[in-house]
Amino acid sequence: MTNENLIHYIHSIADNSLILGQRLSELCGHGPTLETDIAMTNIALDLFGQTRSYFQYAAELSNEDLTEDDIAFLRKERDYKNVLLVEQPNTDFAYIIVRQYFFDVYHYLLLKQLENSKNVNLQNIAKKSLKEVAYHRRFSGDWLKRLGDGTEESHERVQKAINDLWVYTDELFHMNEDDKIVANAGFGVDNSSLKDEYYQIISDLIKQATLEVPEIQYFQKGGKKGIHTEHMGYILSEMQYMQLAYPNMKW
Amino acid sequence: MKKNWPLWEVFVRSKNGLEHRHFGSLHAPDAEMAINNARDVYTRRNEGVSIWVVESKNIKASNPEHNGEMFEPAADKAYRHPTFYELPDDVEHM
Amino acid sequence: MSNVEKNTSQNEKSKSLEDIFEAKIARDEKIEPKDWMPEKYRKTHIRQISQHAHSEIVGMLPEGNWISRAPSLRRKVALLAKVQDEAGHGLYLYSACETLGISREEMYEQLHSGKAKYSSIFNYPTLTWADMGAIGWLVDGAAIINQVPLCSTSFGPYARAMVRVCKEESFHQRQGYEIMMTLCNGTQEQKDMAQDALNRWWWPSLMMLGPTDDESIHTEQSMKWKLKRKTNDELRQQFIDQTVPQADILGLKIPDEDLKYNNDTGHYDFGKIDWDEFWQVVKGHGPCNKERLKARNEAWDNGAWVRDAAVAYAEKHTDDESIRKAI
Repeated sequence: MTNENLIHYIHSIADNSLILGQRLSELCGHGPTLETDIAMTNIALDLFGQTRSYFQYAAELSNEDLTEDDIAFLRKERDYKNVLLVEQPNTDFAYIIVRQYFFDVYHYLLLKQLENSKNVNLQNIAKKSLKEVAYHRRFSGDWLKRLGDGTEESHERVQKAINDLWVYTDELFHMNEDDKIVANAGFGVDNSSLKDEYYQIISDLIKQATLEVPEIQYFQKGGKKGIHTEHMGYILSEMQYMQLAYPNMKW
Repeated sequence: MKKNWPLWEVFVRSKNGLEHRHFGSLHAPDAEMAINNARDVYTRRNEGVSIWVVESKNIKASNPEHNGEMFEPAADKAYRHPTFYELPDDVEHM
Repeated sequence: MSNVEKNTSQNEKSKSLEDIFEAKIARDEKIEPKDWMPEKYRKTHIRQISQHAHSEIVGMLPEGNWISRAPSLRRKVALLAKVQDEAGHGLYLYSACETLGISREEMYEQLHSGKAKYSSIFNYPTLTWADMGAIGWLVDGAAIINQVPLCSTSFGPYARAMVRVCKEESFHQRQGYEIMMTLCNGTQEQKDMAQDALNRWWWPSLMMLGPTDDESIHTEQSMKWKLKRKTNDELRQQFIDQTVPQADILGLKIPDEDLKYNNDTGHYDFGKIDWDEFWQVVKGHGPCNKERLKARNEAWDNGAWVRDAAVAYAEKHTDDESIRKAI
């Protein structure tokens, strides 16, 4: 395993947090109630905090003189390795909650394994993040139950969101070359091992929420290889706006 | 349908050893959400280790108009307080 | 007893209650929600506290406009936390106001219909990143000057909310000033950006402290009830006196040719404020009045089905055993 492999692995974990955080922060000031607005901003803040820890460590590992912000803001679209799920838009509150829950359960299972990484830095980041993500998962799961077993309208909306976002779940367990190498070295997690438990957990909750588990067997993928959906270009052009308009400045 | 989320009162224990103190209120559809919301609204600067919530309508209050009969009679019972009693100066701590 | 006599005796009764009430405030005692209070006191407080809450909530929008474009992760989390605090402060203030017998939904209705006012400064657009600096430095600076005296206002729930708000806001102004400082230590383009933001936000910030004393209709009564401790003009002078030296440190020029230190008064003299502009914006003709109200209305309307769903769920699951008993 080279430093490069490890750096790429860290990017791909952190990019999920970064892009989902970016999506959630678009909502700040526009939530269905003040209380919910504040709660979702807390999740975004946790995710950005995690992103910073990962990127600071990745910057340390790099031979170049990099900062967390160079990694966050100066890469090209192909170099972001987040899964397609997290870049999906804030279509409505049902999509936001389902996207969050689908990611949170995966994120939780991943971090529980990453706690056992042979790499102390990753261990520490995972330990701290795990508590945050346990709460995210509770929050999104609580809401999923309410939307599913709420009104007829909420039931329909959340079922539609589940059906539409289901196709992005399989990619969570894909491994690119770097992932495999880092997992084999005992630093990273073998994502494929999380899959059965993942589908068990989300299927149980979907049923508890009086909703149906989709029987869809075709899935979308690409993010882990840098091939994103059309949304990604817009996310980045907004996120990197200052870097593109005013290159090489400190803020 | 248009039913609004009811109001809840939030009590937070800042650390073990201290009592739960009234921190404020918020709106939530039920107790579980009220606790979640209280965590996000009232403890985001690390202010608490335990949260109680109670729906505001379940709290009963004394009537301020009866404050005279309720509370003033306790004002002149100086003998309930240690300073009422005289001790010689030689007795330092009692 | 004739009706006339009845009315007279009732008037006398409320007159004496009012005397007791005013004496209580004069002694610096707090008024709590269930205490007797004159109707005018209740109405004035509902108006002021709800306007204050609306200002926090609408105030999230101009800054929220830059969260997704914040130029570093550190700036992004700071800005996000700041805008989130504003939601929290709106929530504290709505809660304080609810103790006076008005619901949050009624207050929202007043905001969304355009009936209620909020601070006009939030009807100006945020055009560059430097506006995040200028808002934190100037707008929060002016807000703090307004708010600190309210920590000892006469209505207990309002005073308590303000104590919490002021404590949490202490980082907001620093956050803004640090952004300005970084820009002023940067490239010429960044300095120009900072100067441009100051030029655009200076006068609206002065207006934020309210109309001049001779135009202000509420001041005298508000002073008596400790809703105000200083007049608008005094607060404005205080703001200018404290801000000019801060601009000097940044190396920025305040856009006022008449601004000059007056050795006799020990204060800065300043130029004429364009009150026509102020009243235009108050009346709804500022650059962003429509957008701000539209955004608030949309958030509320789009959230309706979500709020309904949660209520419906709660009604079906009244016996939820998963929640622990407190005692």
